[in-house]
Amino acid sequence: MTRTTRLLTLLAAVLLLGAVGTVAVLHAADRSGRKDREQAGGPVITPGPVSLAPDGSRRLLFRSTAWGPHRDEITAVPADRPDGPRTASGVTCLRFHAAAGTGICLQGEQEGLGDRYTAVVLDAGLHELRRYPAAGIPTRSRVSPSGRLAAWTVFVSGDSYAGTDFSTRTSIVDTRGWTLYDNLEAFTVLDGGRPLKAPDTNIWGVTFADDNGFYATVATGGRTYLVRGDLGARTLTTLHQNVECPSLSPDGTRVAYKKRVAGASPDAPWRLYVLDLATMTETATAEQRTIDDQALWADGHTLVYALAGDYGADLWTVPADGTGGPAVLTRSAVAPAYLG
Amino acid sequence: MYLADSRSTKATAAGAGSTTVGSDDADSAASRSTDPAAVPGIRPGRRAAAVPGTVLALGTVSLITDVSSEMVSAVLPLYVVAGLGLSPLGFGLLDGVHNGVGALVRLVGGHAADRGRGRHKAVAAIGYGLSAVCKPLLLLVHTLPLLSAVLAVDRTGKGLRTAPRDALISLATAPEHRGRAFGVHRAMDTTGALLGPLVAFALLRLATDGYDAVFAVSACIAALGVLVLLLFVPGRTAAAPADGPRPALRDSLALLRLPALRRLTLAAVLLGLTTVSDSFLYLLLQRRLELPAHLFPLLPLGTAAAFLLLAVPLGMAADRIGRRRLFLFGHLVLLAGYGLLLAPLHAWWAAPVVLLLHGSFYAATDGVLAAAASATVPAEQQGAGLALVGTGQTLARFGCSLAFGAGWTLWGGQSVLAVAAAALAVAAAAATLLIRTPDSPHSPDSARWGGTTEEHPA
Repeated sequence: MTRTTRLLTLLAAVLLLGAVGTVAVLHAADRSGRKDREQAGGPVITPGPVSLAPDGSRRLLFRSTAWGPHRDEITAVPADRPDGPRTASGVTCLRFHAAAGTGICLQGEQEGLGDRYTAVVLDAGLHELRRYPAAGIPTRSRVSPSGRLAAWTVFVSGDSYAGTDFSTRTSIVDTRGWTLYDNLEAFTVLDGGRPLKAPDTNIWGVTFADDNGFYATVATGGRTYLVRGDLGARTLTTLHQNVECPSLSPDGTRVAYKKRVAGASPDAPWRLYVLDLATMTETATAEQRTIDDQALWADGHTLVYALAGDYGADLWTVPADGTGGPAVLTRSAVAPAYLG
Repeated sequence: MYLADSRSTKATAAGAGSTTVGSDDADSAASRSTDPAAVPGIRPGRRAAAVPGTVLALGTVSLITDVSSEMVSAVLPLYVVAGLGLSPLGFGLLDGVHNGVGALVRLVGGHAADRGRGRHKAVAAIGYGLSAVCKPLLLLVHTLPLLSAVLAVDRTGKGLRTAPRDALISLATAPEHRGRAFGVHRAMDTTGALLGPLVAFALLRLATDGYDAVFAVSACIAALGVLVLLLFVPGRTAAAPADGPRPALRDSLALLRLPALRRLTLAAVLLGLTTVSDSFLYLLLQRRLELPAHLFPLLPLGTAAAFLLLAVPLGMAADRIGRRRLFLFGHLVLLAGYGLLLAPLHAWWAAPVVLLLHGSFYAATDGVLAAAASATVPAEQQGAGLALVGTGQTLARFGCSLAFGAGWTLWGGQSVLAVAAAALAVAAAAATLLIRTPDSPHSPDSARWGGTTEEHPA
């Protein structure tokens, strides 16, 4: 092959591959543009005031993933009409939770040639109180029942060749005095009374009991543990194995969680379980599909969780005692919180 | 744009060459030899190009391929978590296994390339091709196990191509310029790795959630890399004889009977056993200096930038003072980095200094080891020889990771780093005894050890 032939071949290939690449990018850009137009048959969404303060009515707040101008905004619906018209707050969050007039909103912003993630603490009017840079992609968030503490977990990944080494960072902030516990991995993990040191420790999925005690998942050596955290003592004490993304019931006696079940397909490894903290008895819920969410207690006996849907995710419910079956709460929604 | 990039890098490399004696000659030779029709390798009786066209072509292939790979790496976490809505924890558990398999595949690649009587290009093309095929497959898989499998195949391709590619570089370059040639190649490779994430995030700006667009463009770029390899890297290396016995697997392993290669491999293994993996080093750096967590993803960029800037100058230095000497020196630089991490200071500036030392360590050891190894094996067994040293080093580093993780669990991060630093000092002393030779300036190690080119002229 002469030099000219080679160069012409290269040129032709560059043009061809360039055209393929351009088509792929245009196609994706068009699709992302469509997401900003209202979807047919989607929920009715109107902008309006959304408050975290008690106003005598019980509301369900979540990130609405329905296509249209209010996509990814925190929206509110009456708790007894979860499928009803949504009020859009204008505040955009990837993950969200709120309690007693305090909200935690995990945001992603495009900055330069990369994404920057931030954890924003919101007041009752959804106005920003404080913001903290987050190290990676947001995954879990919780506010303590009193509204004083907020926690968030992000995924961090190494930047190596085909790097798949993910880890988590979990932070807690005390809104009284704004003490930041930047990385819970700095806490002492106590396993059977002895401190556990491991470089591969990962902590995620905080759920608060009160303004000092909380539960979370600690993973090390390929195992996951339910731990009870003590913010003042900066300790995490292991309680039970094979527990991920715990969620404490309103009465503080049970934890709903993701359990990795034996024999499940590796694509769908988790089932939704409830653990009785007094007896350490595990109860499987009637939801048979794999769950990858930190469940939320709607009341003392109903769990709410997200599953992938046609437009982002859908919210489902299932009884916590293993009876009944799953039911759709509302479509195109994720990261729920009950207020009032 | 890739052509423009490769041209500019080429210009830089040629410009860097002008500092050496007889630079005009070398420069013009380098520019002449970028003509793909030119006969590659070393012509007897003619002054060889300082950075031969084959090396620049392979550097371009690596640059393009790394843009493609790092595009995927950069968006993969986001894709898995935000695009697929999956929890990626535990996903990294197989990383170690993949690395181990990749190291062994490298031996296979090196041996297969030699066995085909210098068909290094064919084996390298299979390796690059295998990784390229994986990119469109990413569009089709939507579960973690399948994604993991595709990445494993991608890594197999990487393992397969490494040794034949390095053999092509050494066979195309005069022994006294191999340090620089490997330096140029590594600098181009790292340039691609730094550009990849920028391209990927630029595409995600154009198309929100357009992960499929990123994978499609990555596939196109990977295909372009394979094409550049096929078109512009000469097929048969001049230095490899077309007749004579094909090396059997036994012959490849018997290479370790060569005292020079055995000692170099032993030294690389010893030092590899005390080389703390990047991720542990970054974790220690972040904890020690209490760096804000959001700066964590920037740490590898610091290392890569230092590696990129220093690969060529240190490769040239290796040609002057001896590759083995620089290889050892690089590990002392790493030791200094460990020392700084252990020192009782919490100043922020320690972070860039540690990263600079870490990048310098790579610049002084990565291509330099390949250059040193190429001088110890005959031309017809370059692939297997380079693979043996590289595999030994990789497996040793993998072993170090396991031991370091266990040590961390027992004693905590700071203490295990102190142990690693002490072990590195001992290993460096032992390696010095193993591979020391009375190196003097202007006499590269290859000449003293009866370099391959003299023994096996083209």
